[in-house]
Amino acid sequence: MTIASTKQDRAAPPQSLPKGSPLGSIDTRRLGFTLLGWTVACLIFFPIFWMVITGFKTEAAAIADPSLIFSPTLESYQEVQARSGYARFALNSVAVAFGSTLLALLIAIPCAYSMAFLPTKRTKGTLLWMLSTKMLPPVGVLMPIYLIFRDVGLLDTRTGLIIVYTLMNLPIVVWMLYTFFKDMPRDILEAGRMDGATTFQEVLFLLLPLTLPGIASTGLLSVILSWNEAFWSLNLTSSKAAPLTAYIASFSSPEGLFWAKLSAASTMAIAPILIFGWMTQKQMVRGLTFGAVK
Amino acid sequence: MNKTRASGRTVGGLRTLSLQAPAVTLLLLWMLIPLGLTIWFSFQRYNLLMPGMTGFAGLENYQYLFSDPALWSAMGTTLLLVGWVLAITVVGGTLLAVLFQQDFAGRGIARVLAISPFFVMPTVSALVWKNMMMHPSNGVFSWVAETFGFQAVDWFSSLPLTSIIIIVAWQWLPFALLILLTAMQSLDEDQVEAARMDGAGPVAIFFFITLPHLKRAISVVIMIEMIFLLTIFAEIFVTTSGGPGLATTNLAYLIYIRALLDFDVGTASAGGVIAIILANIVAIFLVRMVAKNLED
Amino acid sequence: MATLELKQITKRFDDTDVIKGIDLEVNDREFVVFVGPSGCGKSTLMRMIAGLESATSGDILINGERINEVGPAHRGLAMVFQSYALYPHMTVEDNMGFSMRLAKVPKEQRRQKVLEAAKILQLEPLLDRKPKALSGGQRQRVAIGRAIVRNPSIFLFDEPLSNLDAALRVQMRIELARLHEELDATMIYVTHDQIEAMTMADKIVVLHDGVVEQMGSPMELYHHPRNRFVAGFIGSPKMNFLDVSLEEAGPEGVRIRLPSGRDCTVPVDGSELAVDSPLELGIRPEHLQLDDQGPLSGEIQVLERLGGQTSLYVQMGELVVTIMADGDVAHRVHDMVRFGFDPMRAHLFNSEGTALPSLHQHPLAGLTRRDHRQAAEGSNQ
Repeated sequence: MTIASTKQDRAAPPQSLPKGSPLGSIDTRRLGFTLLGWTVACLIFFPIFWMVITGFKTEAAAIADPSLIFSPTLESYQEVQARSGYARFALNSVAVAFGSTLLALLIAIPCAYSMAFLPTKRTKGTLLWMLSTKMLPPVGVLMPIYLIFRDVGLLDTRTGLIIVYTLMNLPIVVWMLYTFFKDMPRDILEAGRMDGATTFQEVLFLLLPLTLPGIASTGLLSVILSWNEAFWSLNLTSSKAAPLTAYIASFSSPEGLFWAKLSAASTMAIAPILIFGWMTQKQMVRGLTFGAVK
Repeated sequence: MNKTRASGRTVGGLRTLSLQAPAVTLLLLWMLIPLGLTIWFSFQRYNLLMPGMTGFAGLENYQYLFSDPALWSAMGTTLLLVGWVLAITVVGGTLLAVLFQQDFAGRGIARVLAISPFFVMPTVSALVWKNMMMHPSNGVFSWVAETFGFQAVDWFSSLPLTSIIIIVAWQWLPFALLILLTAMQSLDEDQVEAARMDGAGPVAIFFFITLPHLKRAISVVIMIEMIFLLTIFAEIFVTTSGGPGLATTNLAYLIYIRALLDFDVGTASAGGVIAIILANIVAIFLVRMVAKNLED
Repeated sequence: MATLELKQITKRFDDTDVIKGIDLEVNDREFVVFVGPSGCGKSTLMRMIAGLESATSGDILINGERINEVGPAHRGLAMVFQSYALYPHMTVEDNMGFSMRLAKVPKEQRRQKVLEAAKILQLEPLLDRKPKALSGGQRQRVAIGRAIVRNPSIFLFDEPLSNLDAALRVQMRIELARLHEELDATMIYVTHDQIEAMTMADKIVVLHDGVVEQMGSPMELYHHPRNRFVAGFIGSPKMNFLDVSLEEAGPEGVRIRLPSGRDCTVPVDGSELAVDSPLELGIRPEHLQLDDQGPLSGEIQVLERLGGQTSLYVQMGELVVTIMADGDVAHRVHDMVRFGFDPMRAHLFNSEGTALPSLHQHPLAGLTRRDHRQAAEGSNQ
C-alpha cells in the first residue's frame, strides 16, 4: 500500500517540473529502467531459460502446454548419456576446442610478441593481412579443404578439425594477444633484458605472468569460437570425430523430436561456454573487433 | 619518446622474422592453397559422381551457375537475411546499449542475461527456436497466441525466411549489444555533463553525443556481422534445409547442396568464388577501418 | 675503472636519421648528462649504449673494447628507466635480485647482495612489498637498487626523475649526487631538464637533432655557449635575443647598434665577420639590470614577484624581454623602464647562429663539479 502510493506520488511530479530537469524523478527513473531492463533481459534470455527448464521435464510434459509447474526429473539427462553416448561427442568438443586453442596460442604468442615489442615497417601490413584471411568465407573454400582432407585421411578426425580451427582462430588470437601485449610497458621487458634475461626468459618470467588475464581471455574466446563452430564440424565430420554441434544437429531429424532430451543435451552443450562467455565478455570485444573497439 | 619508433631488432635478441614465421607461413598456406584450388576447380569440369568427365571447362561452370535461377534466388535470400538481421541487430543493439548503460538495480546480471544468446552454439539455438518456440502446436509462441485468442502461426512453413531471420537476429543482437555497450563505456562522462549544462535533454544527448560516439563501433558491428551473415549455414541446415523449395536457401547453403549433395565440385567452386568476392567487398572497408585504428 | 667511447655513432629508423654521427668520450667516474629537447635523440643514444637498440654504424667502446655486438646484459651496465620498469608481480627483494636469479646465483648470496644495496638506499623495511604498495620516491629507489645490485661499471639513467613531483625531484637529485660519490661509478644520465643537467653533471652533452651541439662543464656551457641553441637551452629563464646591426668588427671587439639606436662594444672576436652581416645579441635575464641611464627601454607587460626576485616581462617593440630584477623593485605593470647590461656578459651570434668567440674566459668555466664539490664543501654555494 505504502509502496503503491509512493509510486503515484513520485510519478506525478515530473510533469509539473520544468522541462529538461530530471531532478526529483531519479528514483522513478531508476525504477523504470530496472523494470524495462529486466523485462528486456528476461525476454532475450527466455529461450535459453525455457530450454534449461524443459531439460528437467519428462517427454510428455515437454510437449504439453507450457507450464512452469512440473516435477523436475533427471530422466532426460540420464537417457541422453545412456542412449546416444553424449560423453563421446562432448569429449570430441573438448579435445578439438582446447587442442586448437593451445596450438593457436603456441603459434600466436611468439608472433604477437615480436609484433608488439619488435615492430618493423611490415608489422602493420602483416596484421592487416592476417585479418583479411578471416574474410575468406568458409563456403568459398569448402570444396578444396574437403577434397584435401579426404585424400590425406583427415575427414572425420579430431586432428582435422583441430587443424581447421587453429587456422580459423589464429588471426583473432594473434590480434587479441597483440593488443594485450601492446598495453604492457616495453620498459619492463627491457629492464629484464638488461638484467640478463634471454628472449625466452623474458617471455616466461615477465610477459606471461603480467599478461596472463589477457592470454586467458584470448584462450577462452578461441575455445568459445571453436566449440560453437558449426560449418566445418557439420561438413568435415560424420560420426567418429563429431563434436557437440554436429551431435545436436542430429536432433533435427524427425526421430529426434524428443524435446526433453534435446534440451538436456543442449543445456549440457552450452553451459560451460556460457560461463566462459560471461567471464570474459569485456576483454572479448577487443578480439571480436580486432582492437577497433576497446 | 621513441616508444613508437622501432627497428625490429635488438642486440643479441631474436629477430622479428623468426618469431612470426610459423604463424605467417601457416596462414599463407591456409589462404593460398584452398583459394587457388577453388579458383582452379571453378574452371574445371569436375563431378565426383562422374569420374570420367574431367577437363578444362572455361567459363562453363559460371555460365551454368548464372543461368540457374537458384543462384539468383539464393543471392536474394542472402541479401534479405543479411539486411534484415543487420537492421534488427544494429537498431536494437543501440537501443539496448543505451538501456543497459543506465544505472539500475541488478544491471550487471541483466546485462549478462541479455548477451547470453551469443554464446549459444548455432545448432542449439536453431533447434530450440524451431521446436520449443516456433512449433505450430506445442511451441511457446503458439500457446501465447492461442491464450490471447489468435490463430497460431506455422512459422517454418508459412514464414520460413522470417523465422530464420528471427533466430539469427536473436543470436547476433547480443553481439551488437556487447560491442556497443563497450564502446559506450568509453564515452567521456564530462562530455555528457557539458551537454547537459548546455541544456540538452536525453534525446538530444542520444542524437548529438552518444550516436556520433558510437558511429565507429556501429560500422565495425555492421562489417563483422556482414562477413558472418553472408555465409549463415548451420541455422538453415538444422531447421529448414533450405526449404520449402528454395525459400531459405542462401548462397552458402546452395554451395553446400552443389558440393556435398550433388558432388559437383566445379559449380560449387564457382559459387565459392562468388561468395569470396562478395565477402571481400565488405572486407575492404573493414580492413581500411581497422588500419586507421592501428595508426595510433 | 670504466670508460666509454662513442665513435661516429649513427642511428637510422626507417628513413629518418635519429643520430647523425656522434663522437663522445666518458671518463672514469664521470657524471655525464645528455640533455636536449624531446626528439633530439638523447634517449636513443642511451639505449644504444645500453644495447637495447643496435647502432646503424659507428663503434661503441667500453674500456677500449668494441661492444656493438654484445647483448645488453653482458656489457656490464645497469639502467634505471624513466618509468622505473619495476616487475609488478615481484616483491622489492625479487625485483632487485632478478638479475642474479637469472644468473643462477645461490639464494643466500643473492639475499646478501640485495640487503647491502637496500641498506645504501634505506629500503630494508620495504623488501617484502610489491611495487604497487610503494610511493613514487620509493619505487625510484628500488629501481636504483636493482641497478646497484648488478655492480655495473656504468650506470645509465633515463630521465629518472621526470615522474616525481617537484619537491621529491630536488631530494632525489641530492640523493643521486650522494650516490655518485658513494659508489664512485661512471654515470650517464639523460634528461630534458637543464636544471638537472646543471646541478649534477661533471660534463654536459647538449644534443639537438641527432648531433652534439656542445659538450663541456656546466659553467662552460653557461658562460660560453657555442651557439644560439645551447645559449637558449641552458639557463632559466631563457636568454633574450635581440636583432642588432653591425657597426664595426675587429679582433678586439665588435661594435653594434642596439634597437634603441645606441651603440655598444661587445668583447668578442669579430675578425671573421663580413660587413653588414646580421647579428643577434644574446643576454641572459639575470644579466640585465634596471638602470635609468641604460641603453634599452620598454613597457612592463607582466610582473612576477617571487619574493627574493622579480621577473619583469618588458615589451620592446615586437619583442618581449625578460629581466630578472631584485625582489624589492617598486615598478608596476605598464611602467616604462630603462635597463642595460655589462658587455662582458653579452653574447653575439652570427647569421648561422654560431657564437663569436669571447675574448675573456670566464674564471669558473674550467671548473668541474668535482672541484666545485671540494671547494664548496661547507659553504652554501
